[in-house]
Amino acid sequence: MANYIQTVKNLSIGFKSQKGKEISILRNITTNIKKGETVGIVGESGSGKSTLALAMMGYVKHGLYTMSGECLFNSSNLLNMTNRDLEKIRGRKIAMIPQNAGQSLTPNLKIGYQIEEALKLHTNLNKEERESKISDLLNKVRLPSPDIMALRYPHELSGGQQQRVAVAMALAGNPELLLLDEPTTGLDVTTQAHVLELLKDIAKDTGTSMVYVSHDLGAIAQVCDRVIVMYAGEIVLEGPVRKILKEPIHPYTHGLLNSIPKLSLSGLPDSMPGSQPQPGHAGEGCSFYDRCNISVEKCKDSAPKLEYISEIDTSVRCFNHQELKINKKKNSFSNNINKKNIKINEILNLNDVSITYAKQSFLDQIFNKITDSNPTVKDINININKGETIALVGESGSGKSTILKSIAGLLKNKDGSIKFNQDKVLSSDLRNRSSDDLRSIQLIFQNPDESLNPNHTVEQILSQPLKLYFDFKGEELKKNIIQLLKKVRLGEFYMGRYPRQLSGGEKQRVAVARAFAAKPDIILCDEVTSALDVSVQAAVLDLLNNLKEDLGTTYIFVSHDLAVVKAISDRVAVLYQGRLCEIGPSKNVYQFPSHPYTEVLLGAVLDPDPDIKPKLIAEDIVEEKPPENGCCFQGRCPRILGDKCRNEVPPWQIGENGNSIRCHISIKDLKSQQF
Amino acid sequence: MENRKENPKNILSKVLEVLSTMASKPSGLIGLSILFFHITLAITSPWFVPYDYKAIDPTLMLQAPSSEYWFGTDSLGRDVFTRTLLGGRIALTVTFFGSLIALLWGGLLGIFCGLVGGKIDDIVMRIVDAFLSIPWILAMLLIVSLLGTSIEVLIPALGFFYGKGIVRVARAATHDVIAKDFIASAKARGHSNMSIIWNEILPNVRDAILVEGAMRWSWMLLGFSSLSFLGFGVSPPTPDWGLMISNARGLMSFAWWSVISPIVGLSSLIIGINLTADAFAKALGIDRSTKAPV
Repeated sequence: MANYIQTVKNLSIGFKSQKGKEISILRNITTNIKKGETVGIVGESGSGKSTLALAMMGYVKHGLYTMSGECLFNSSNLLNMTNRDLEKIRGRKIAMIPQNAGQSLTPNLKIGYQIEEALKLHTNLNKEERESKISDLLNKVRLPSPDIMALRYPHELSGGQQQRVAVAMALAGNPELLLLDEPTTGLDVTTQAHVLELLKDIAKDTGTSMVYVSHDLGAIAQVCDRVIVMYAGEIVLEGPVRKILKEPIHPYTHGLLNSIPKLSLSGLPDSMPGSQPQPGHAGEGCSFYDRCNISVEKCKDSAPKLEYISEIDTSVRCFNHQELKINKKKNSFSNNINKKNIKINEILNLNDVSITYAKQSFLDQIFNKITDSNPTVKDINININKGETIALVGESGSGKSTILKSIAGLLKNKDGSIKFNQDKVLSSDLRNRSSDDLRSIQLIFQNPDESLNPNHTVEQILSQPLKLYFDFKGEELKKNIIQLLKKVRLGEFYMGRYPRQLSGGEKQRVAVARAFAAKPDIILCDEVTSALDVSVQAAVLDLLNNLKEDLGTTYIFVSHDLAVVKAISDRVAVLYQGRLCEIGPSKNVYQFPSHPYTEVLLGAVLDPDPDIKPKLIAEDIVEEKPPENGCCFQGRCPRILGDKCRNEVPPWQIGENGNSIRCHISIKDLKSQQF
Repeated sequence: MENRKENPKNILSKVLEVLSTMASKPSGLIGLSILFFHITLAITSPWFVPYDYKAIDPTLMLQAPSSEYWFGTDSLGRDVFTRTLLGGRIALTVTFFGSLIALLWGGLLGIFCGLVGGKIDDIVMRIVDAFLSIPWILAMLLIVSLLGTSIEVLIPALGFFYGKGIVRVARAATHDVIAKDFIASAKARGHSNMSIIWNEILPNVRDAILVEGAMRWSWMLLGFSSLSFLGFGVSPPTPDWGLMISNARGLMSFAWWSVISPIVGLSSLIIGINLTADAFAKALGIDRSTKAPV
């Protein structure tokens, strides 16, 4: 027992429904965390992973209560301690790193002061010792020039730096156990890779145990020794990271892994049918029964117990785990996407498009000219062909959503022209566009919670474009709505539901249906899958792909997730700070990373495989503004040539495979450097 | 179609649903019952009050409660029970219509400001702020002394002064909604402005404004009673709680009954409205934990 730092025994946490029924969120969780070990807790939203992590520091959210079991930390039960006793443990023995550091740091206090507060609370150091400890901690989390950093306010730091400060604060009390709740969700890929690297090193150096909660199997693969997979409030699989991620013996984990798009595989990921049961709705049998493809009669009526298999040091909750055939190294997903050769048949043409958010003077507004010498988005030239899927990728601030908005006519300040169907110039203000032009271009937003009116039923939501563009009424309207719902694989009975009665994936399907209701030629997809769980994401991608094949729609797909983009797109445009770096067929962009930025981005992508390490070749600090002169990527470029890159805008070069890059280094030289 | 029952509910069933959600919590049930009780009394009391409310009888001055005069009599020998039962009628009527007016102008102006933004919004809001800084009771006294104390004056005047706060709430709610993607989506589809306001914005700010209006109702009731108390509301001999409290407060030490019953009437009604408004807010899913300053 001595080498366990935390023991969770038979823990059930739940709430009482209005009718007095007891509904459990966590059911009979039993697990141990060893000293110095990093344990990952994975699961989709609603699986109870955060509730479990919080219980490990003796915190049960308001409205929930402990139904049974205990959380032993150094053999004292955290769940029946008084608040005063817990205060002595939290921060000193167990520390927490929250998901969004930007929101957990006090905005009006300098970060040095905030770290000092943590030190005052959790250590007995005097003032001088504290001061040296602050720069020590900032050094440890690899923030540049710690003495200057300590004097900054949180808003003066980038997202990655804020997360580092949060790590430094958590380390202030020298905790024995560190709880991390999705610490890298919401960070850019490169930043995420750097923060994970840091966490791994800290775990190694300090011997702190870590509990890492995430939905991202790629991140888990990088930092964890052991993984717990949760489903519907239960542990379904627990074991060493390699066993879990490479040869999962539970059908859920297996399906989850297959639904993640990977850089190494081509085609669309396989989606998992169905959805996780709501708390209190799991039946008598196995909670995964509905979605399982290896289930037997027995699974329906009796729930399997967690069974420990000593040869592989893994616990699994499945009767039938021996049946699960593990596909040896796959080369592609079964669901291969049909990438036709797109004919050159231009449907949309962006010609020298520049967009600024700066306030324009009155005269400039009249002449619709941009005087801002350094606009947010500058000189974008893209031709989009009918029926192709073109993806715009880049980190946050790369201007990809801005470009989408301006195509949709939602932004006014811009220069250059957008031509539709070869010759028709689209006005930058949607009020001057004809109804038919508006109909031809439809938008799907990132977050269906925001893009669907919460006071409208699905029927009302879908009838809006139908009424507006086609003037359908009565039975005809209804028939069309049912058809649309069928197209996105939803039943007729969804018509009367409100968005709050739908799951995340269902909501996004309704949003997709609304876009298709207009029978558009182009659909603009703004991070349409980022707010969804991976198994749902795979289903939505599959749906989008099928609809495209049936209807020949053109997609402009914006995403920060390079693996998703690879799965769905025909062509990729890589953007940095609102400037185009590289554009070409996605196969080639991914195979021969030519532009240094593309190389940096691809190197930072995390595969859910502990043996594939990210290649970090550039710093993750993002400049606030694009540079006035020279190449946009000069600030972070690992292959910078010197003054030439700083002063001259690089020319376009066309590679042998049709991808164009904008760099001073010749494609040949780049290639030899990269391989 | 087969599944009619799954389709959008009509307004009546929506109202019933909200009411039943409100009544499912004890505080909401108590609030609703008090409010219902008061409204029923206000409507029906003229038919069953035991005495004439203005019958003065000097021989019966300040009688203690008895089986004949349940709540005793006041300084003019009028039955306090009768007058208490009737005392809420005018207050309820005036404040109910007053809050409707407040809701209407405050809500509409607030939504308008939230929508147009820019200079117009700035100017209107500064004017509203200027009005907010005037103590309402002084302004009311001015209006009443200029135009008299008839109901036709009181209702719009109260409606105006209590609508100012609603402007702010409606504007904030509108600001919240117009930043959402579904508005951008409707714009990108090319819906007209009116259609966006009517279909997308109004349903989403309606709840917040209604709850604010319910809250204002109780404050207005207190305000109206204060006016009566000061002698600027209802004129005697019309029974009114504010007036009754004002008349009887000097006699409190030896004739407590004549002052206690209107107080109970007034405060129970205000508590009832407050509880109802809170339950209403919860049933609609609006958090009122941070209440606006009065």
